[in-house]
Amino acid sequence: MVAGMQPPANEPGAQVEAANIKLAVRDLSISYGRDTALGNVSLEIREHEIFGIIGPANAGKTSFLKSLNRMDMFNSDMHVKGEVLFNGLNIRKLRNIYALRSRIGVVFPLPVGLPMTIYDNVALAPRLSGMKNKADLDVIVERCLTRAALWDEVKDRLNSLGSLLSGGQQQRLTIARALSQEPELLMLDEFSIAVDPVTTMRIEDVLKELKAEMTIILVTNLVQQARRLADRTAFFLAGECVEIGETEDLFTDKVKDQRTNDYIEGRFG
Amino acid sequence: MGNGVLTETGSGGDFDRRNTDWYMDKVVQALIFIGGISAIIFVAGIFVFITKEGLGFILDRFDFMEFFTSEYWYPAEEEDPEYGILAMIAGTASVTVLAMLVAIPFSLGTAIYIAEFATGKTRETLKILVELLAAIPSVVWGFIGLSIMNPLIIDVFDVPVGLNVLNAGIILGLMAAPIMTSIAEDALKAVPDRYREAAEAMGATRWQVIQKTVLPAARNGLLGAVLLGVGRAFGETMAVLMATGHSINIPGSVFDSVRALPATIAAELGETAVGSEHYQALFTLGIFLFMVTFVINLSADLIVRDTAKK
Repeated sequence: MVAGMQPPANEPGAQVEAANIKLAVRDLSISYGRDTALGNVSLEIREHEIFGIIGPANAGKTSFLKSLNRMDMFNSDMHVKGEVLFNGLNIRKLRNIYALRSRIGVVFPLPVGLPMTIYDNVALAPRLSGMKNKADLDVIVERCLTRAALWDEVKDRLNSLGSLLSGGQQQRLTIARALSQEPELLMLDEFSIAVDPVTTMRIEDVLKELKAEMTIILVTNLVQQARRLADRTAFFLAGECVEIGETEDLFTDKVKDQRTNDYIEGRFG
Repeated sequence: MGNGVLTETGSGGDFDRRNTDWYMDKVVQALIFIGGISAIIFVAGIFVFITKEGLGFILDRFDFMEFFTSEYWYPAEEEDPEYGILAMIAGTASVTVLAMLVAIPFSLGTAIYIAEFATGKTRETLKILVELLAAIPSVVWGFIGLSIMNPLIIDVFDVPVGLNVLNAGIILGLMAAPIMTSIAEDALKAVPDRYREAAEAMGATRWQVIQKTVLPAARNGLLGAVLLGVGRAFGETMAVLMATGHSINIPGSVFDSVRALPATIAAELGETAVGSEHYQALFTLGIFLFMVTFVINLSADLIVRDTAKK
């Protein structure tokens, strides 16, 4: 199931990474044609932390996420330079990128209820990895929907189309689907755009619990959401990673860059 | 013109005014309405016309059992003409089924390649070529059936005649494939990219993305493409007239010559006297064809609606 993910013995530096670094990014640059979306970002994301990324539109946040699970492959305009080490392995050199992607869950800004039943939506990832046993799938579907705070609302109609749910429900379905992969890394890209505030708070509670099992990258345009959830936060602005720090530090006097302060205080963006 | 100047004429003032924009709006609405219902008017008109021409036969001579269960079509007999279309139904049906066996894999494969794999110039070139193929006149396809397929089938399969179900089925399949490809490709392209992205992000391979996400999402459109192909093959006249051998026969194998319903009308209508029994019988055939295509389209529509509702 995870073919191609074992560290090759002859890969130099493969085991040098400290055990608690989940993802290391070095000099990452992303460009679309001549336009630079992100320049020279270096950062490290620790295991079992929620890493927030804040910043206004066009800061390069979404491009950054796309480069982490090699979603750039399908966009011939998008060029990525630099190194991304996942569990110490350079993801540019992996042969089986599908195995990489199956270990990284992604939640997109707009909910994507795939055109299949609610049950099939959540069972898709386990099925892709070869699981066929109905009882096992039942367990996964119930657990993931429960965690995504959707089970009570849909348990009586698991066989109706996922794309017929309301926007907020679809987003929770998307989260349930991402969880069904049992990802090591969960990336959420402005997940609360199409979700009402009450549901947002419920999902935020879920994320706090999930932290014990996985590493979470939370891209958000809500500064307060980053403050509520993230252990550490990075501030991206116009393709530049302006500042990375303990989240609380960014919201107090310890902020190093004036621009970070301006954004957090709402003076632009 | 008429932007905001208040006039006090009439009780409603500005709210009651009929200016050029108002009249223009009404005229355009009327034109669009006429355009919209013209399709219904034409269909109804055609139905009325062919029914009127065939009505005499249906009332005086029509025998349901003979018409649908006799395989003998001897409309030109002086003494006792016989009007049985069973063999022609079998001919048209066998050719249509074979045509779909040829066309469905070709058109779906091409559509999936164009929509999901090809990029840039390759994609554009292929699309233009497919549309060009769709524009080839059916008589040209018939000619290919006569002059290329015919000797080829005789050579390859060692049969006496190459104008048969196999020939017409392949020709019709190739004829129907481009338009089916076009519709199927539109259906695949209409599947939002976020479905693909979502499946890819979960670690699905290209084929899994297509199989689990894209094809189910495009199912209705693909079904529409296939049924359109069936309609095309069923109603095709010229190419089947030239490639089937045009001999009345219930086929026992793909190497038997057959005759198709539309081809019969095309071949015989010119030789009959207007208003004669034979003439009216051919129009009765036309009514039958019309009803079959109507049912195909209607059931396609119902299936699509049904799956959309679920």
